[in-house]
Amino acid sequence: MSNPKSLRVAIAGQQNAGKSTIFNMLTGVRQHVANYPGVTVDKKYGSYQDNEGIVQTVDLPGTYSLTSFSLEERVARNFLLTEQPDVTLDVVDASNLHRSLHLTLQILEMGLPTVLALNMMDVATGRDIRIDREELARRLGIPIVETVGRKGQGREDLRRTIREYDTAKETLTPPVDYGPLETDINAIEADLPASEVLKHVPKRWIALKLLEDDTAVADMLMTKSNKSEIEALLRRVTEQRNTFFQNQGLDVADHIVASREKAIINLLEGVVSGKDPNRPTLTDRVDRFLLNRWGAPVFLVGTVFLIYQVAIVWGYELTTYTWPLLAGFREIVAGVLPSAGFLVDPYTRAMGLWLVDSANTLLNYVPIFLILFSLIAILEDTGYMARIAFILDKILHRFGLHGQSTLPLILGGVFAGGCAVPGVMATKGIPDNRARMATILTVPFMNCLAKVPLYTLLLGIFFVEDKSLMMFYISTMTIIFALLVAKLLTKTVLQGEQTSPFVMELPTYHLPTVTGVARRAFDRTWMYIKKVGTIVVAVAVVVFTLLQFPGLPEERKSHFETRGQAALEVFQKAMNGNQYLSVARQENIVPLVNFYNDFKRAKLNASGAEASRAVNAEFEARNAEFYPLVKPPKGDKDARKASRALKKLASASKSIRREMKEERITNSILGSIGRSLEPLTQFAGFDWKINVALLASFAARESSVATLGVLFQQDADQNATLEERMGSETMAAGATSLLATSMILFFALYPPCLATTVMVKVQTGSYGWMLFSIIFPTILGLLVSSVVYSVGLAMGASGIEAMSVVYFSALALLLLVGLRGGQRRIKLHQIKTAGG
Amino acid sequence: MAPSQPYLAKTLNDLTPGKSVKIIRHRSQGAVRQRLLDLGLMPGAEVTMVRSAPLNDPIELKLEAANVTLRRQEAATIEVQENE
Ligand SMILES: Nc1nc2c(ncn2[C@@H]2O[C@H](COP(=O)(O)OP(=O)(O)OP(=O)(O)O)[C@@H](O)[C@H]2O)c(=O)[nH]1
Ligand SMILES: [Mg+2]
Repeated sequence: MSNPKSLRVAIAGQQNAGKSTIFNMLTGVRQHVANYPGVTVDKKYGSYQDNEGIVQTVDLPGTYSLTSFSLEERVARNFLLTEQPDVTLDVVDASNLHRSLHLTLQILEMGLPTVLALNMMDVATGRDIRIDREELARRLGIPIVETVGRKGQGREDLRRTIREYDTAKETLTPPVDYGPLETDINAIEADLPASEVLKHVPKRWIALKLLEDDTAVADMLMTKSNKSEIEALLRRVTEQRNTFFQNQGLDVADHIVASREKAIINLLEGVVSGKDPNRPTLTDRVDRFLLNRWGAPVFLVGTVFLIYQVAIVWGYELTTYTWPLLAGFREIVAGVLPSAGFLVDPYTRAMGLWLVDSANTLLNYVPIFLILFSLIAILEDTGYMARIAFILDKILHRFGLHGQSTLPLILGGVFAGGCAVPGVMATKGIPDNRARMATILTVPFMNCLAKVPLYTLLLGIFFVEDKSLMMFYISTMTIIFALLVAKLLTKTVLQGEQTSPFVMELPTYHLPTVTGVARRAFDRTWMYIKKVGTIVVAVAVVVFTLLQFPGLPEERKSHFETRGQAALEVFQKAMNGNQYLSVARQENIVPLVNFYNDFKRAKLNASGAEASRAVNAEFEARNAEFYPLVKPPKGDKDARKASRALKKLASASKSIRREMKEERITNSILGSIGRSLEPLTQFAGFDWKINVALLASFAARESSVATLGVLFQQDADQNATLEERMGSETMAAGATSLLATSMILFFALYPPCLATTVMVKVQTGSYGWMLFSIIFPTILGLLVSSVVYSVGLAMGASGIEAMSVVYFSALALLLLVGLRGGQRRIKLHQIKTAGG
Repeated sequence: MAPSQPYLAKTLNDLTPGKSVKIIRHRSQGAVRQRLLDLGLMPGAEVTMVRSAPLNDPIELKLEAANVTLRRQEAATIEVQENE
């Protein structure tokens, strides 16, 4: 009692039985919960303390049984086999006890000390299902605890039972009698060599698995034991299997399932009562509306529209309130960093602000994501998401995807905005491997929110009249492209991947819980924020560096310095005889210019007369000596004159800085890369500046606009927006709306940002696929853009014309592929039927 | 049992909504078969066809307490017998 004794508990159970809920209930929300993303399925670790010691708990993926057919079953089974938890907590859905017990019996056959949690007792009670818990516990020979995970009921009971059971540790008698197979089982058991592997599991279990033709278990035996001995054994087992089939007219595997089924019927005889499976449940009645032929599309479109309206439209409005917070943060950082020089800023300042700007553009979307992910979590929690998969499976399947691709695609931003990182992450649940791979590789084609700024920018410049039509094209085009690409990939590179059928349970509707929804929304948003905090910042540093180096040659530097000097002399001359001359003395000039710039920027950010007055007061307090020069007091002639001179000086400094920056970027490493790509990208109409922006956007999509901003920078006092600047400059260089269309198309197909490719690596477990996810879209995007631009140019098409042609061609292709697939299937079916 | 006759038997693919049947046997193999069995589509089990999806595929079945969906392609591999 006195020395703390630690325990290891594994939570197993069928899908959607409430394992994770029970896991959270046991370990507590505040407990440290590590999320280890595995290759495709992850186990979640946590722990809690009871009065005897710490209890390590692991939440296993949900499995219907413990064969080696699917990945999640292998993960769960291998854990139980190799880690040997002290107690296995089997969470079962009390409202679906019959089916759940199939897994329970398999766990018991593995000889694992097991505690049963009868979860969802509220649902069972609601359906008038009564379960004689004590009798069932007696028959199974294991303790059973009733729980309602959603309400946290049964926690203490469960914790106590787990602890006490570990001390009791009875030996179990497996309750399944396999009838005519028993002699075979016994024979194999006797033949099994003593071996290090699988020494914890009963030989009976191994024998059963071999009879089931479970290759994973056979392989495990092979690795450690005498090879020829095992091979001989396996041959005997195959013989036994064949003999059994001849004698019984039944596959061994089928017989095993049937025997288990019989055992369960006996177990439940007199234990479960009061249910009436034919009485329609509430879920059945709701589905009569939500899933019928007419109701389903209406409700689905309505849901999608609601999400769009609430998350995207209202979410954007929210960002107007949150943006000042981020802008304020930038000001604070700007204040802490070493102050700006007259012509050249210290590196730490330039880099620091670059980082903050990169991060801020991304963080600006946080409110949208919180709302979006909350709504999606509600869809998941209620059970409607599974119904969407049911409704859309046919269409998605046509193109090589899967009903369960819906969630990843929605997270990725099918309609108007999302993020591919949680989208790719959510592909984990798709059981069909080929469809899963196709989904992983097409989610990045969705409208990630970060693409929106560039679209908005280009539409603002080139498509003022057709803005809404273009926006419609862009937001619906992505899913068309994605479906076509999915089909293409499925028919080519993914052809060899394993597929599995769409067999899915439609869960009972539940009311979502606030904590559940909030946790999932925060988790996914946090994933996004982490992306900003790590990868994007890191890449921003790289891009910054590539844009800075090698820097200006000495003679250009001195050229700019001379010009700066000249501007200073003009200023000093203008200040001659001015009463503020002492304020504008030599060592004050740089701080004065900075003060002026800060003041102007603050004024620009301040909205409303009140805020503007506050800015005045703030700057007056900051430096009362400088203040008259930026805001001359009424009637003070000298101050006005000095202020004018200062303004001139500041603008001279700005325009010299801009020229230096442009020369620096032109000479920079990224600039040379951009130029060296020109021969390749010229067919798409991209000059080196656009290339640089597109390269930079690989860090994070939103950088493209920031980089374009720098490249098309002009003197600040011209006060033109980026739209106008880019418009006038590129138009002057002969750019057209056709070029904009080419850019938009490229951007829509462009590779996923770096963070997403990292997630692709995590989810596919292969660097090869990660590389593919970068290279394939680049080639595809460049190809499409080049064709559109070159052909469009030759035919003299405008941007909107080109876009319309592309859109409707893609749509036609989509319909062609979709309908053809359907016809082939019908034909195939006819041949089959006729053949019979 | 002979492999030449299976297409004569009625399958889960041939049901109209509301119809109840009993599963006789599976034609699928391996992982697919296992998955179907795991979800409770066992020989001998009573199944009711609930509805097909708005686009006709997949279909939704009710068996005991659970509602299970599967594509017609797989439904066509499950032989059934009508009740009564
Ligand atoms: N009514 C009711 N709902 C519950 C109970 N326990 C869990 N749920 C709900 O059931 C759903 C599934 O719960 P999870 O904990 O995600 O199930 P899981 O077993 O971890 O599922 P997988 O990881 O997919 O295998 C969630 O919507 C829960 O809120 C319960 O006791 N009563
Ligand atoms: Mg879970």
